[in-house]
Amino acid sequence: MSVAAQVPTAVENNPAAPLVEVRGLRMHFPITEGIIARHKIGEVKAVDGVSLTIRRGETLGLVGESGCGKTTMGRCILRLETPTAGSILYDGIDIASLDRRSLVALRRRIQVIFQDPYSSLNPRQKVGAILSEPMKVHGIEPDPKRRAQRVRELLSVCGLNPSFADRYPHEMSGGQRQRVGIARALAVDPEFIVCDEAVSALDVSIQAQIINLLEDLREKFNLTYLFIAHDLSVVRHLCQRVAVMYLGHVVELADCDEVFDNPLHPYTRALLAAVPVPDPAVEADRAFQPLPGEVPSPINPPSGCVFHPRCPIAVAECPRAPPELRELRPGHWVACSQIS
Amino acid sequence: MPPLLEVRNLRTEFSTGAGVVRAVDGISYTVDPGETVAVVGESGSGKSVGALSILRLIPSPPGRIGGGEVLFAGRDLMKLTDAEMREVRGGEIGMVFQEPMTSLNPVLSIGRQITETIEQHRGADRTAAQKRAVELLGLVGIADAPRRLKQYPHQLSGGMRQRVMIAIALACDPKLIIADEPTTALDVTIQAQILELMQRLTHQLGVALIVITHNLGIVARYAHRVNVMYAGRIVESGPAGAIYHTPHHPYTMALLKSVPRLDRPRQARLDPIDGQPPDLTRLDRGCAFRPRCRFAIDACAAAVPDLDPVGEPGQFAACFRSRELSSLEAGRAA
Repeated sequence: MSVAAQVPTAVENNPAAPLVEVRGLRMHFPITEGIIARHKIGEVKAVDGVSLTIRRGETLGLVGESGCGKTTMGRCILRLETPTAGSILYDGIDIASLDRRSLVALRRRIQVIFQDPYSSLNPRQKVGAILSEPMKVHGIEPDPKRRAQRVRELLSVCGLNPSFADRYPHEMSGGQRQRVGIARALAVDPEFIVCDEAVSALDVSIQAQIINLLEDLREKFNLTYLFIAHDLSVVRHLCQRVAVMYLGHVVELADCDEVFDNPLHPYTRALLAAVPVPDPAVEADRAFQPLPGEVPSPINPPSGCVFHPRCPIAVAECPRAPPELRELRPGHWVACSQIS
Repeated sequence: MPPLLEVRNLRTEFSTGAGVVRAVDGISYTVDPGETVAVVGESGSGKSVGALSILRLIPSPPGRIGGGEVLFAGRDLMKLTDAEMREVRGGEIGMVFQEPMTSLNPVLSIGRQITETIEQHRGADRTAAQKRAVELLGLVGIADAPRRLKQYPHQLSGGMRQRVMIAIALACDPKLIIADEPTTALDVTIQAQILELMQRLTHQLGVALIVITHNLGIVARYAHRVNVMYAGRIVESGPAGAIYHTPHHPYTMALLKSVPRLDRPRQARLDPIDGQPPDLTRLDRGCAFRPRCRFAIDACAAAVPDLDPVGEPGQFAACFRSRELSSLEAGRAA
């Protein structure tokens, strides 16, 4: 049986089915102690029971503050981590338990764009070699001439002059490097790309260029994105649906407009209120109370609803039972027992 | 009332392998007592170097303050001796930097780091300094001060460390605080806490603040006046309302248009600034924004425009076409 047969392509499956289906995902990292005999003294509950789906052709935003588990979610879906529990169905296949060989084939379909365009490109390789490598790994365009041609095409699709193939990363600006990172992800013709803070390190004027590029590419190549970010205004611009995470849990999940125009979870509301708008007239009239306290440690998260110590509407029962993610309006899911 | 701080034609350059880079190329601005002035710009615009130059914290070599005056409370800081300058830093001018983990000393307790400042600048004894440190922690909203003072930076969260930095900056009742990207490393809910705290304290204590940031939302909420920097120069300055509502420099206009906004309906597409940030080793005698500017004309290649009054009182822009920009922009949008 060939590798290709083990990993069916999207065309063979039901196009209405979600592309990615995450069920009850847990990713706990052990904390160990001792020099010779290491024993586990605890665990970091980075992701603690997350279920969500990503539809074909959409951009799902994953937002939250540092330590909420959004990057770990992305790494699990890329199978860069092996989850502690739960399943990740990619086009119907559970990738949480795939072996190495099948994973290689899978990674032709799933790619990633990283945050830092400085550390994610090999400084000793020219751009041409950086873009050729994934093609060599996956046996795409084995002929060197045609491969070089494809490198030039990828560069121009990403808005770079094809002559950049002969440059080293240090000869380019941050925005240009990020375009190379995007071209590398596209090199193997993927259908799904995890964008992990892909525009966060860029200056404002360059950020808008890259956001427009990501949107153009999604249309042109029918891509599906998981867009992990902490900048809410960027997420609102780019995503169709948004999941808000806090301390390893999804607290709210809905269509983008629902989350931003009608947020229901107290954490989402606090998060949105904390973002100042670039308009002094609006800000002069806007009073708000910053959320008190800080995100607790994921090693020893609060009992019940993990948000209860900072929550403005918490009641006595909140520390007792963790709230379930309930569908309060069509397609609008909220994990809060006090909202109905 | 004379300004508290007056920067006149300040220039700072760095020698690099690719030639001399004029990181700050003749900037002039003032800060009034109790006022919050924001310096905005993107990486490499000279906003941080400009602030570090005021404090004479430019590593030399490769850096060098090439000229200019910095008048602070009647004295030119550029003419002070090193010893006098040390008295100013942390004494009359407090500092808050971006990364509190690297700007605090990892092997000293935070109590020691606060009392050190007070003893150094005020000649206070240990007990008096200790008492003041407890008071300062209360001021910046850190509960359980006696326990916290014994802790080390690594035992504190990022937000707590930044509160400690603010406490140190305030320790000697400064007249001015320079905050370089004070919340860039922090999460958005913590950022809101820290900025609201800084606004409350500067207002309450009458301290002037220079805040350096790339975040246009922070500027809109907290600044009275704004300096917009590009390629080492101030290209536009003025009251915050004027800068945001009637910008008179193409860069300011384009920058404000390129950010997605939470308070407006979603746009189909963003309107980015084309091209790449300027390479400071390859600037010519024309306007540095010219290659990316939608309104550039031949004159822009011949000379750098001066920062001239335009628009509202107190507003200045460095553009040959600043007076016709609003009609040009309206024509482009139509």
